[in-house]
Amino acid sequence: MSSESDGQGAGSPRGNGPPALKKPVSGSAHARVSPADLIFKNVTRAAGIGLLVLIAAIAAFLVIEATSALQANTGNFFTTTEWFPNASPPVFGIAALLFGTVLTAVIAMIIAVPVAVGIALFITVYAPRRLATPLAFIVDLLAAVPSVVFGLWGLIVLVPRMNGLQQWLTDYFGWIPLFSTDDGLVGRSIFVASIVLAIMILPIVAAISREIFLQVPNPHKEAALALGATRWEMIRTAVLPYGKPGVISASMLGLGRAMGETIAVALVLPASFNISWHILSPAGNTIAANVANGFSEANPIGRGALIASGLVLFIVTMLVNIMARAVIARRREFSGAT
Amino acid sequence: MSTTTIAPATSPGGMDLTGQKLSLTTLAAIGAGAVVATVLLYVVAPIDSKIQFVLIAGALYLIGQSVASGMVEGARKAVDRFVTTLVYLAFLLALIPLVAVLASVIAKGAQRVSYDFLTTSMRNIGARDAGGGIYHALVGTLEQIALASLFAVPFSMLVAIYLVEYGRGRISRTISFFVDVLTGLPSVIAGLFILSFYLLALNQNPSGFAGALALTILMIPIVVRSTEEMLKLVPNELREASYALGVARWRTILKIVVPTALPGIVTGVMLAVARVAGETAPLLLTIFGNDAINFNPFSGPQSALPLYIYSQAGAPQQVAVDRAWAAALTLIVLVMLLSAIARVAARFARVR
Repeated sequence: MSSESDGQGAGSPRGNGPPALKKPVSGSAHARVSPADLIFKNVTRAAGIGLLVLIAAIAAFLVIEATSALQANTGNFFTTTEWFPNASPPVFGIAALLFGTVLTAVIAMIIAVPVAVGIALFITVYAPRRLATPLAFIVDLLAAVPSVVFGLWGLIVLVPRMNGLQQWLTDYFGWIPLFSTDDGLVGRSIFVASIVLAIMILPIVAAISREIFLQVPNPHKEAALALGATRWEMIRTAVLPYGKPGVISASMLGLGRAMGETIAVALVLPASFNISWHILSPAGNTIAANVANGFSEANPIGRGALIASGLVLFIVTMLVNIMARAVIARRREFSGAT
Repeated sequence: MSTTTIAPATSPGGMDLTGQKLSLTTLAAIGAGAVVATVLLYVVAPIDSKIQFVLIAGALYLIGQSVASGMVEGARKAVDRFVTTLVYLAFLLALIPLVAVLASVIAKGAQRVSYDFLTTSMRNIGARDAGGGIYHALVGTLEQIALASLFAVPFSMLVAIYLVEYGRGRISRTISFFVDVLTGLPSVIAGLFILSFYLLALNQNPSGFAGALALTILMIPIVVRSTEEMLKLVPNELREASYALGVARWRTILKIVVPTALPGIVTGVMLAVARVAGETAPLLLTIFGNDAINFNPFSGPQSALPLYIYSQAGAPQQVAVDRAWAAALTLIVLVMLLSAIARVAARFARVR
C-alpha cells in the first residue's frame, strides 16, 4: 500500500514537499504502517478524490437537469438566437448568448492584457524594489472589489460617462462595421461591458504575468544589459521570450474569468438576443448574465434551459482553463495563486 | 503641436561618449505642451470626462516625447523612452478604475449609511419608499459565509494534506491540476450546480444553507491552494524530529505540521471568505432573497448583501439606487476588514 507513495520522493514534480519517509531496509515495509496511519492517509486521499467527484458531479447534474428542457425545445439549441423557454412551445438557442459571451470576453482580454503586462513590467522591472510589493498590493485591491459593486458602478457611473466617447467613435469611425450603430444610439453596450470586464480581469492577468516575470533568471537580464541593451531591449530579448507562455496562459485565465462573469454584465447590458457586431449599440447578452436576468421569471422548462446554457458555459470555460493550466503546469514551481 | 516646444533644447552635439540626452526641463516642457494641447482640444471639441482628458494628455505627451527623443537621442533610446512611459501609463491606467470605484462607493454610500440602515430590514418597504436597511442581508451573508467556511475548510485541509504529505504519482497530480482548474469555475456555475443538485434533484427549498453549499464550492480551491503553500513551508526538520521521536506520521501531521502552518492557513481562509462574501450569482439561484429577517439558514429564503445590492441597483427609483450604494459601501468595508484581518494573521505567521 504505502510503498507506492514512498519510493520516488526526490524525483517527484513537487520538489518543495517533504521527502517520503524512508522505511528501514530490514524487515517488511508493510509491517511498520500502523492502522491509524493507514486510516488517516485514506481519509485525506478520499477527500482528494472527492474533489474530482465534485467536478464530475457538476457536469452530471447540469446534464441531468438540462435534458427535459432540451427535449421540449422546438428550436435548434445551437443555432437558434431567440430565447423563449417559458413560452409554449418553448423555443430557445444558445447562439446569440454564446456569441455575446465570447465577444465581450475577447474585447475585455484585448483591452486588459496589454495594460496588465505593462503593470507587471512596471512592478518587476521599472519600479524601485522597495515599492514593488505595495504597488502590487494596490493592483490586487481591484480583485477585492466584489463584482456586483463593479456592476453598480458600471451601470450608474461608467455608462453615462462613456456616452461621449462612444458617440465620438461612432461619429468618426462609424465606417468601420464594428463601430457603426443600429440607429445612431449608444449606451449600455458590449463595449462598456467589456471595459468593466477588463477592469475585473486586470488583477489576475497582472498577478500571474508578474509572477512569471519575476522568475526570469537574472543572468539573462544582466547579460542583455552588459551587451549594451537599453531597458526595453533587455525586456524584449530576455523577459518577454521567457515570460511568453505565462502571459498567454494568464490571458486565457482572464478570458475564462471574463466569460463566466455574471452580475456585472447582467447589470450593464440591456439583455437582447441578437447577433450583432455593433459593439457600441445598447444591445447584447451573455450566457451568465442571461442566467441572472432570466432566473426569477423562469418556469421549470425555463430553468432547464438556463441550466443547459450553463452547461455550455461550463464546458467552454473548463476547456479554456484546462488549456491555460496545461501551459503553466510545465513550470511546476509556479504556484498559480489566485 | 506639443513637439515644437523642444526645438530650442536641442543643441548641435559633439562626439562625446554619453551622447545627447533629453533634459528634465525638456520633458517637463513636452508635458506642459501636451496639457495645453489637450486644453485647446477641450475648447474646440468638448470632452465630458476628466479621465478622457488625462488619457488624451498622456497620449500627446507620449507622442511628443518619442519624437523629441528620436531627434535628439536616436531611435533606440526613443523606443526605450516610449516603452518606459507606456509602462508607467499602464500602471496609472489601472489606478483610475480603482480610485473611481472606491470614490463613487464612498461618496454615494456614506450619505445613506447610518445606524438605522444597518439595523432595519426591508420588510414592508417598497422600492419607492425611502426607509429600509440591510440588517436582514447582513445576517444572511454572515450566516452563509460562516456555514460555507465550516464545510469548506476541513475538507480543503484534508485535500491539501493529501497533496503535500502523501501525494505522489498520477492521482495527486490530477487532483492538483483540477484544483487549479476549479479556481476558474464561474461562480454562476456553482449556483446552477446547487440548483440542479440540491434544489431540483433532491427537491429542497431555497435556503441560506443552499447558498452556503454554492459558496463552499467556490471556497474549496482557494483554501486548498493556500493551505498547500503553507504546508510546504513547514521545514522538513520538524517532521524528521517528530519521526525520530517515534511519533506516528498522522500524529506528526496533526500535532506538528498543521499547527506550525496554522497562522498562514488562517490567512488563506480569511482571504477566501473575503472573496466569496461578495459573490452574487450563486446566491441569486439558491437563496432567492427575502425582504424580512430570517435567522434560520436551514429553512426559508434568506437575503445576502451582494444580492441586496443587485436587486436595489436594478430598480429604477433613486431611493433604491441610494440603498444599493450604501450596501455596496458596507460590503466593501466588510470584505476589506476580512482581508485586513487576514494580513494581520499573516504577520503573526512571519514571527514564528
